[in-house]
Amino acid sequence: MSIMNLRQMAVDQTGTITAVKANGEMGRRIRDMGLVKGTEIRVQGRAPLNDPVSLRLMGFTLTLRNNEADYIDVEVTQNP
Amino acid sequence: METTIALAGNPNSGKTTLFNELTGARQHVGNYPGVTVEKKYGTYKDNGSRFSIVDLPGTYSLTAYSLEEVVARDFLVNEKPGMVVNIVDASNLERNLYLTLQFMEMGIPVCIALNMMDVAETRGIDIDADKLSKLLGVPVVPTVARSGKGKVELMNEVVGSLHGNGSIHLDISYGNDIDKALDEIEEKIKAENFLTTTYPARWIALKYLEQDKQVMERGREVSPEFSREIEQIVINASDHLNKTLDTYPEAMIADHRYGYINSILKQGVLTHRQDRNRLQTSDKIDKVVTNRFLGPIIMIAVLIMLYQFTFAYSEMPVGWVEGFFEWLGGFTDARLSDGLLKSLIISGLIDGVGGVLGFVPLIMFMFFGISVLEDSGYLARVAYMLDRIFRMFGLHGSSVMAFIVSGGIAGGCAVPGVMASRTLRSPRERLATLLTVPFMNCGAKLPVFVLLVAAFFAENEAMIMVIITLIAWLGALLVAKLLRSTVIKGESTPFVMELPPYRLPTFKGLLIHTWERTWQYIKKAGTVILLIAIILWAMMTFPGLPDSEVQVFEKERATLLSSAAGPVVDELEHAHEHGEAHEEEHAGLSPAATELEDKLLAIDYHESEAALRHSIAGRIGTALEGVTKLAGFDWRTNIALVGGFAAKEVVVSTLGTAYSLGEVDPEETGSLSDTLVNAPGWSPLVALSLIIFTIFYAPCFVAVVCIAREAGSRKWGAFSMVFNTALAFILAVLVFQIGSILGY
Repeated sequence: MSIMNLRQMAVDQTGTITAVKANGEMGRRIRDMGLVKGTEIRVQGRAPLNDPVSLRLMGFTLTLRNNEADYIDVEVTQNP
Repeated sequence: METTIALAGNPNSGKTTLFNELTGARQHVGNYPGVTVEKKYGTYKDNGSRFSIVDLPGTYSLTAYSLEEVVARDFLVNEKPGMVVNIVDASNLERNLYLTLQFMEMGIPVCIALNMMDVAETRGIDIDADKLSKLLGVPVVPTVARSGKGKVELMNEVVGSLHGNGSIHLDISYGNDIDKALDEIEEKIKAENFLTTTYPARWIALKYLEQDKQVMERGREVSPEFSREIEQIVINASDHLNKTLDTYPEAMIADHRYGYINSILKQGVLTHRQDRNRLQTSDKIDKVVTNRFLGPIIMIAVLIMLYQFTFAYSEMPVGWVEGFFEWLGGFTDARLSDGLLKSLIISGLIDGVGGVLGFVPLIMFMFFGISVLEDSGYLARVAYMLDRIFRMFGLHGSSVMAFIVSGGIAGGCAVPGVMASRTLRSPRERLATLLTVPFMNCGAKLPVFVLLVAAFFAENEAMIMVIITLIAWLGALLVAKLLRSTVIKGESTPFVMELPPYRLPTFKGLLIHTWERTWQYIKKAGTVILLIAIILWAMMTFPGLPDSEVQVFEKERATLLSSAAGPVVDELEHAHEHGEAHEEEHAGLSPAATELEDKLLAIDYHESEAALRHSIAGRIGTALEGVTKLAGFDWRTNIALVGGFAAKEVVVSTLGTAYSLGEVDPEETGSLSDTLVNAPGWSPLVALSLIIFTIFYAPCFVAVVCIAREAGSRKWGAFSMVFNTALAFILAVLVFQIGSILGY
């Protein structure tokens, strides 16, 4: 399946993170929460105004803004 | 000396619950030196052992980016606790162990409390605690903090481990390139004894590779040349990684930490009996509660409920407190003879302290309500849903709570509002929030608006009130934007946030939460706020009228009494002796006596007006008249506004005194409205200008004290007074001048 940016993913789509391109504070916060290469995620939902997005990984739910999702590339493994 | 045990763990891991279980009522709250992060500590006593327990702030990691993480790290480094009890959420093991690894990297003895075993069980997660302990090389004790299960075993394990050798051996590889650089730097550091009295050598090396600001700064202070030497090794390693693998050392390190955790969990520690990403009850609730259409509706309903709960239910206890202080005032009034001492005790002390303590029930209810939302997990959803809007103004989704409580729905209070900003974790957004919430229309500003609207805009009362609320919101958000692009400039903090599973809050936790915060407020009231109340009283009292003027009023009274008929004077004196004339609205007096009484009161009021004008506050008001004319305010309005710094509703009563009406009850302003409509120098335009000024000018001093406290610096308290007043004045002048040009 194809690699796409996290921002473009649809609700209920599942995938594996292939790259986290941020560094500095943003990169640290993203990685500290488990968003590292190889982690499986599922897009759980989006806020009423479409931003932030909520993700499911490692059995918990995480939210991040679209401009933060831009740093993350995902290989889609399963479509809804 | 008793050994110190530090409790550490991720937010929402049940850390606070365990802390409450271990320490019970033997706990205290303070602040870490120089910062606003709360420090909670207490003692644990059981079968002969006694520990001092410190509850470190909940963190996901130990970087130098967030205040909480720096505080936790500094505590571990400087205070060297005997052991870290790391609370780990068993239902969320993988991410929680990330922090555990970082404690182990620091070489601190760790004992894991594998908490929420019950939740893990219902989610179909099986954990082999013994195997985890063996693979990690640290003790692991399963617990359920909510019910206190495993608490004794945990502490027994801690006692046992304390007497062991406590050495930590962490066998983790961060990849060849990093490992090589680590070894090289570690060796150099050891040879040089660089910072090694404070930190372990390998940890310093790791932090340099992670580009940790705090450690690098300290390194540069101690030895700039040596620090540069290490930095060069890091740059080389970084360049190499970048070229060969297109990544950075810090990313590599994080990847390998998670890799290491994964490899341990896969060795039979963790087994899922079902798909771990399947929808839990919590997710099903979220499908409804954060739904595009239902979500906002439910949220508005919840916020209104919080508001109702805070202000409606606290009304009665607030009434009791106020009633008590009124009674105390009356009691003192009857027992002390007229004079300065009496005035100080009643108008300064009792009114001042009473005014401050009157907030206590409000604060308790507000914090109770917010704790319920916070502990249940709903607050995080509110932040999630509203973030998009608040972010436009440089704020954070969580800011909404503080705005609502402060009077986002007219009638709140900025004091609990400022304190509610504590739920924000991002420092810049938090500061911008607590500096702008005082613009909301708190309950004390309402009487001022009601007075002015009733007098000058009686036909459109409701609409004007709605407009006033909208102006406050718009103003607050725009000012937040302004502050975030100037004085509190900086990137917005990443919104990477956990949506914790919904949980039923524990009653004990709620009570402890509420009480702590309320007590902090009361303590403050006893000191600074009392002092300011006395200063304000003095400003409005001193200097008193000179004797010559007092005599003028005395003479007026004497003339009035001597010209009245004897029996009427006797009747009035008799009534005064029984203390009826003032309170009982002339009940039972003959028409002639009533008339005389009114005339005497009029003289009293004129004297009060003269005295007020003569006081320091009066002089300030008069002196400022030249400037404030630009906004349409005369000296009377100025004094009232100075008085409003004590509490906004004082504006109304002071205006009353200034217009010789005596002290006007803010609840009944009819006579004052009539006076204002007919007074020279007043017009709807002046009223509008004053409304604008009242929305924006300096918060009352209780709020200012809270702002200074919550922002961690008096500077911000002073800023909110000066900046807000300047802003208010500019806006009021604009309204008045433009209105005047347009011919209103």
